Amino acid sequence: MTRGEWRNLRIGLGFSSLWIVGLGVFTLYPVAASLFYSFCDYSILQRPVWAGMENFSTMLGDDVFWISLKNTLIFAGFSVPMGLAVSLSLALLLNHEVRGRAVYRTIFYLPSIVPIVASSMLWMWIFNGQYGVLNWVIGPLFRLWGDSPPAWLGDPAWSKPALILMSLWGVGNSTIIYLAGLQDVPKEYYESASIDGASSWQRLRYITIPMISPVIYFNLIMGIIGSLQVFTQVFVMTGGTDGAPARSTLFYALYLFSTAFYDLRMGYASAMAWVLFLLIAGLTWIATRAARRRIHYSG
Amino acid sequence: MRKLSPAGRFAVYTGLGLGTILFAFPLAWMLLTSVKPIEQTMVYPPQWLPVAYTVVWDGEPVEVTRDERIEVPSVLVERTSGNRVGERTLMAVERYDPGDPAYRLICRAEPGSWLVTERTGTLARSKGTRQEVVSDEEIRTRLKFRWDNFPKALETMGGRSLEEVEGSIRPSSAMTRPVTFWTFLGNTTIVCVLGVLGTVLSNALIAYGFARVRWRGRDLFFGLTLATMMIPFPVLMVPLYGVFKSLGWIGTLFPLWVPSFFGSAFNIFLMRQFFRTIPEELSEAARIDGCSEWRIFWRIILPLSRPVLAVAALFHFLYAWNDFLGPLLYLTRKETFTLALALQSYQSQHGGVQWNYLMAASTLTVIPIIILFFFAQKTFIQGIATTGTKG
Repeated sequence: MTRGEWRNLRIGLGFSSLWIVGLGVFTLYPVAASLFYSFCDYSILQRPVWAGMENFSTMLGDDVFWISLKNTLIFAGFSVPMGLAVSLSLALLLNHEVRGRAVYRTIFYLPSIVPIVASSMLWMWIFNGQYGVLNWVIGPLFRLWGDSPPAWLGDPAWSKPALILMSLWGVGNSTIIYLAGLQDVPKEYYESASIDGASSWQRLRYITIPMISPVIYFNLIMGIIGSLQVFTQVFVMTGGTDGAPARSTLFYALYLFSTAFYDLRMGYASAMAWVLFLLIAGLTWIATRAARRRIHYSG
Repeated sequence: MRKLSPAGRFAVYTGLGLGTILFAFPLAWMLLTSVKPIEQTMVYPPQWLPVAYTVVWDGEPVEVTRDERIEVPSVLVERTSGNRVGERTLMAVERYDPGDPAYRLICRAEPGSWLVTERTGTLARSKGTRQEVVSDEEIRTRLKFRWDNFPKALETMGGRSLEEVEGSIRPSSAMTRPVTFWTFLGNTTIVCVLGVLGTVLSNALIAYGFARVRWRGRDLFFGLTLATMMIPFPVLMVPLYGVFKSLGWIGTLFPLWVPSFFGSAFNIFLMRQFFRTIPEELSEAARIDGCSEWRIFWRIILPLSRPVLAVAALFHFLYAWNDFLGPLLYLTRKETFTLALALQSYQSQHGGVQWNYLMAASTLTVIPIIILFFFAQKTFIQGIATTGTKG
């Protein structure tokens, strides 16, 4: 290397020195250690003991693991597509020339920055089976069928729908992302489509959706990653990691947390974390493949 | 944006109106509940507005609680014996036996009238608490916001009981400074402010190294950096806990802000992208004038990068304010709790009964974020839009 190259290397490493430490201590070491622990028996109180594939084979026969995986996939399977639909609809509405647009945008966005613990409190109150305002609103619908409205978080059949419903309240973030995407669609496309006699449905289907497909893809991936790791609202609203009632809200991250920090089975928990990683990577890969031909990148 | 037909306009405004109701109502309900007295939260159908009921007794207006609406002809009677002597109860007329010496008749209660009780601060009933049946017209209803729910929620959040706060019982440990909302606010502020400082300084430095200096191995290192963004937090959780444990940081606030001084992959990426848009000629000119890299970074690049620094700062603040899992993992003693964790522990202690105080405490946690939003609205919206579409 020349003197100049040495100098640049020194400067570059100097500027990056904090990151060299940070990446090593807070990311690379934990990744390596976690991979090692996943093949070990480890309780943090004692040194890890090599156990080979034991953690992974235990997982296969662990009913609670499968329940948590099933619950998580059900939650993600509903909340991600519904969230995409709701946020896209809101963004399409906001993309019109309407009076007070900024006000609507603020109203749709604000819930997504409310601290999750606070919004969990609020929704527990709304879902309350006895005095909850939601049951007052939808109670008449249930009575039409001769039913009483559900106890939501108190009923194993309704606790997941409650959490899915609540997740839709926080879609403001992806609404703003969609809106930014919608505003990048050149107006001329719509104009020429209108001249050719395209209906508003056709404009949506053949111009808007293809033009914002990269944004839809981004929101889909973010949705998958986020919903598979859902933790805080469930922990708060169902009172810990039991997944009450009747394990109906025992999600993957809750089971992982309680395995690691309550049962101190840190090896098993690390193995679970790696399975989660593979699951996220796998689903992302599937989504990417499915999207490849449908995504339209302009410029 | 296109011009709309009248039918289209109608549809769009209907949709927006419906959306507004669904998205704004929960927050409005939180606020309304936070200023209600407890008994007005425990009613079905729900009561929309917080009110005060008053009845004129002996020429004096007295605030009362509406306990029960009389549905069938009844009588109000008072027990004359037993350990519940003096207690008043409602009884259906046909079940009342005037010859029974155990009860004394107070008055008849016609359907449509109300059983009301004089309202005391704690709703505790003692001998002198007045309880009567009054007709609907006698009850005056007016709007009354119980702002005092807020100071009570502030005081009780740390685990002190309501009775202690109101002074009806003596504090159990008068010597130690009580843990209140302000303790948690202080902790949260430390974590947020130091975290934001660390995020802005470290990531700007690191990103400068990646964006504006050419060095061997840089692109490989940057690729590695990007790859780490894919790792979900649960993978790191267990070993990170071990790292902080061996540093002796469990039970302190350090794990919540120190790491932000060592960069984060996402922010490095965000800032690098921004720095690359600043013309290289600026740096070249400064180098020819004999400026050091450090001076170029500090005097030229940083001042030009305010928008991206603001975005990173804002989103870290939001993250640190809202974070629950981190505090749950690392904090052990109440004095070190952040607001998010304290709010959850407040809820689990009170078993979800005192909804008015819970909503007041939640409101207090939300308000700073909403204020922040209104001051930094542009940065928020631009930040999300750029991180979303260009990220």
